[in-house]
Amino acid sequence: MRAFSFERASEPAQAAARAAEVPGAKFIAGGTNLLDLMKLEIETPVHLIDVSATGLDRISSTAGGGLRIGAMVTNTDLAADATVRRDYGVLTRALMAGASGQLRNKATTAGNLLQRTRCPYFYDTAMPCNKRVPGAGCAALGKGAFSRQLGIIGTSDTCIATHPSDMAVALRVLDAEVETTTPSGASRTIPLDEFYRLPGDTPEIETALMPGEIITAVTLPPPIGGRQSYHKVRDRASYAFALVSVALIEREDGTGRVALGGVAPEPWRRPQAEAALPDGANAVMSRLLDGATPTEENAFKITLAERTLAAMLAEG
Amino acid sequence: MDFNQPADQNLFDRATVVGKPHARVDGVLKVTGKAPYAYERHDVVAGQLYGYPVGAAIAKGRITGIDASAARSAPGVRGVVTTLEIEPLGIWDYNVARLFGGDVVEHYQQAIAVVVAESFEQARAAAALLEVSYDRDKVDVDLEAGWERVRGTGEPSTLVGDVDAAFQSAAVTLDEIYHTPSHTHAMMEPHASIVDWSDGDQMTVWTSSQMIEWNRQALATNFGIDPDRIRVESPFIGGGFGGKLWLRADAVLAAIGSRAVGAPVKMALPRPFMINNTTHRSATIQRIRLAADADGKLTAIDHEAASHTLPGGRGENATAQTPFFYAAANRRVIHHLVEMHLPEASDMRAPGETSGLMALEIAMDEMAEKLGMDPVEFRIRNDTQVNPSDPAIPFSERHYVECLREGANRFGWSDRNTTPGGRREGMWLIGHGVAGAYRGHLNLKSGARATLSNGRLVIETDMTDIGTGSYTILTQTAAETMGLPMGRVEVRLGNSAWPVSSGSGGQFGASSSTAGVYAACVALREKIGERLGLQNPEFRDGNVIGNGEVTPLSEIAGEFSAEDSMNFGEFQSKDYLMATFGAHFVEVGVHVATGETRVRRMLAVCDAGRILNPITARSQVIGGMVMGTGGALSEELAVDLEHGFFANHDLASYEVAVHADIPHQEVIFLDTLDNVATPLKSKGVGELGLCGVAAAIANAAYNATGIRVRQYPLTLDRMIDQLPEV
Repeated sequence: MRAFSFERASEPAQAAARAAEVPGAKFIAGGTNLLDLMKLEIETPVHLIDVSATGLDRISSTAGGGLRIGAMVTNTDLAADATVRRDYGVLTRALMAGASGQLRNKATTAGNLLQRTRCPYFYDTAMPCNKRVPGAGCAALGKGAFSRQLGIIGTSDTCIATHPSDMAVALRVLDAEVETTTPSGASRTIPLDEFYRLPGDTPEIETALMPGEIITAVTLPPPIGGRQSYHKVRDRASYAFALVSVALIEREDGTGRVALGGVAPEPWRRPQAEAALPDGANAVMSRLLDGATPTEENAFKITLAERTLAAMLAEG
Repeated sequence: MDFNQPADQNLFDRATVVGKPHARVDGVLKVTGKAPYAYERHDVVAGQLYGYPVGAAIAKGRITGIDASAARSAPGVRGVVTTLEIEPLGIWDYNVARLFGGDVVEHYQQAIAVVVAESFEQARAAAALLEVSYDRDKVDVDLEAGWERVRGTGEPSTLVGDVDAAFQSAAVTLDEIYHTPSHTHAMMEPHASIVDWSDGDQMTVWTSSQMIEWNRQALATNFGIDPDRIRVESPFIGGGFGGKLWLRADAVLAAIGSRAVGAPVKMALPRPFMINNTTHRSATIQRIRLAADADGKLTAIDHEAASHTLPGGRGENATAQTPFFYAAANRRVIHHLVEMHLPEASDMRAPGETSGLMALEIAMDEMAEKLGMDPVEFRIRNDTQVNPSDPAIPFSERHYVECLREGANRFGWSDRNTTPGGRREGMWLIGHGVAGAYRGHLNLKSGARATLSNGRLVIETDMTDIGTGSYTILTQTAAETMGLPMGRVEVRLGNSAWPVSSGSGGQFGASSSTAGVYAACVALREKIGERLGLQNPEFRDGNVIGNGEVTPLSEIAGEFSAEDSMNFGEFQSKDYLMATFGAHFVEVGVHVATGETRVRRMLAVCDAGRILNPITARSQVIGGMVMGTGGALSEELAVDLEHGFFANHDLASYEVAVHADIPHQEVIFLDTLDNVATPLKSKGVGELGLCGVAAAIANAAYNATGIRVRQYPLTLDRMIDQLPEV
């Protein structure tokens, strides 16, 4: 871990201004991912701005009948919120499938969105990784690499890392939006489907956030009802990242929404795919995963995703 | 004391303390955080500095340069020692990779430098500043390719009868290949040491080691110094599983750092570094051929296995049990060592049998099915009471059949569905499986010193407690032998100043070290008897009784001390075969759509001689069952074939079983005694609990799905294409 300076911000706008002002600054909230990465020198911020006391820890109703989730609301509190449990069940289910009780107590809503990939090569500073060191190459694409956990779609020839969040998959299927404050003090709203950036030639750029821009809240539109479920598939029963996860909202008429985790650099959802929900899992997945480029080791994820969705539909 | 013939009736057959369920005597220390583990021993020496290791970033080659100038001038840094500044260290008996010194890199994360600083954070930050350049060699880490090169070659280690003829005339045969991956010990406490070698003369090492004397000897060999200059202490160990049998880089680098800066240095190996820097269980590829007559009697067993190792190492001999476990008149066993450039393969809990039974006990299940037999009955039919490879040698005790019968009875085996894939509950396919457990039993000479003063007994030995319960069973043994309540016995462990014991490993620790403590206590009793002029006095209820007089031990003036060891005679291996046995029964659910496999209940029945303490023994066995669950379903060190290292080198990506994976576990100990093993008639259980577990799970998954997976771990990708339509 490199030495760093530290300050506490009390206002989001102040935090954003400071982050733009100090080169190499980063925000820290729960620190459940950032501190690990700093210890390994995968992240080397020279200045940390603690944003946990910025007053963004509330869940409230929006004027339009939706929900505003403060950026600093912990995963535990969000999962337990009565409104979330009643109206946005897929979100509670996804949150409870992630990490461990201890981590969920510390981890925040914004931090969860911004967590980094768990690609083993990203985590090993002796290995080439374009996301860690742009232009260095990608060990995960090497012959004989360990790629079982990695992405099958939305990836590029520079990076096949996945986004590890469960929460983000549920937020994606709920059409969440991200509210931010920029260093100039302006607010903006970014739909979650525009929030993440696919790797292309620049896998080090992961989101649409500008330098210094801080997430202040995540908003959900009014409840859409339906049967909401989240199935996370993994090798052990807890404390593992998804091989594949499926967030599903199913309405009584057979229409609905589907998003996938564990397969792509972002929560993976395509409207044209979920339009095929009445035709079953195969119809959805053949559209949702059309153009997938898996490795030999993770090609099973295509079958797994389809079978998982099929089981969820059958259970309905 | 010499143990040269089977034990007669003795005090342990009338035991009131040994064999009873006593809670751990060190339990309070552990749960209150007062047990002194190596890295937190702040009080043992003043002025401790922090060491941090640097590992090689390549798997094979040479270091052409290390620029440590930035590290040396970093804040708080007191010294940096690179491998290029040190002559290659000596290599002790059981190590093959050099722990430090010289420019050769033999494996990824081999230690190449140590940074010593005033704080941990300063040492870690400075360690990242080293600039290292390499000449990189090509690596070969492909066991599959190695197997293709070696299979069918070499001389068998066991060759009995005419295997080829037996296969030609057999009614039923099986010929399959099985794969087990490399495993890492993943113990809770990393390798950690504080070393004070400030004056470059006397070295004191506070460490986490299963084997104090081996550690001391290895340090002496590494540094080319007299072992008498070294003192090693390791009173508490946060798990080892074989990973702490050997001296590792923590103690070596702390010693080098301490000598360089003239102050004590502490070092814990960081987890992401540990997995490639230390040892692991090698992957195996195993071909098993079985032949049987129509009645289910095995006529031939042919087991050929390969594992990987650095040159000169031992790999993982997956054929360890095959010469002994089942009857068959014809047998061929061969283990190939494939030299590869992965880190050093070495012992991990039940080395050999763990991997071997993962394969052999699936093969037995497959063969039973081919024969149309119940897999429990098939195993019973092929039981043997003698070494099948040398029938003149009997097993000292063998109650494998009773394990199977008792287990089948308690598990409700007869109620199971026998048609694979035939039972479904909602989205889950339910299956049941059985597997046999075999683990050889070994004793090592073990010594102790017993000192009585004012009616209180102190036992000192370099024996270790790696979480197994040594403190407790040694207290029980001493209390039993001296007729004292346990509260008046203090057991001190893990110090090279005290008599050399067996140490902890190979499930030999409990039986060897209790016998050693018994020997020391008997010597002490003789001394007390002599002083009081008594012939064969009795020690009971805190008194010594003889000549019609009852003398409380607390009223004998002065201090009595006696030292002895238990020396195990040749008869044990010459006249007998000693082993432990068990049967594992498992119920699993396999998700019909995803193939996720989850264990629903587990039962183990164990035959291991006298159980010294049913609480600590049970903990050992259920711990083995947990490890076996991880081994069956999720644990695999993933090899990067190009870079030659284990890519998933942390506990997030190397998936041991977690609480949610472990269901109800039941353990039954058969009430057996083995008078060939020790005067206490006990054998080990610490490794037995792991043996066969994974195969029982694999067999249950087959019973659930009808899909036979012969490659561990049994992850869903190995069966998803064969699962039924959703």
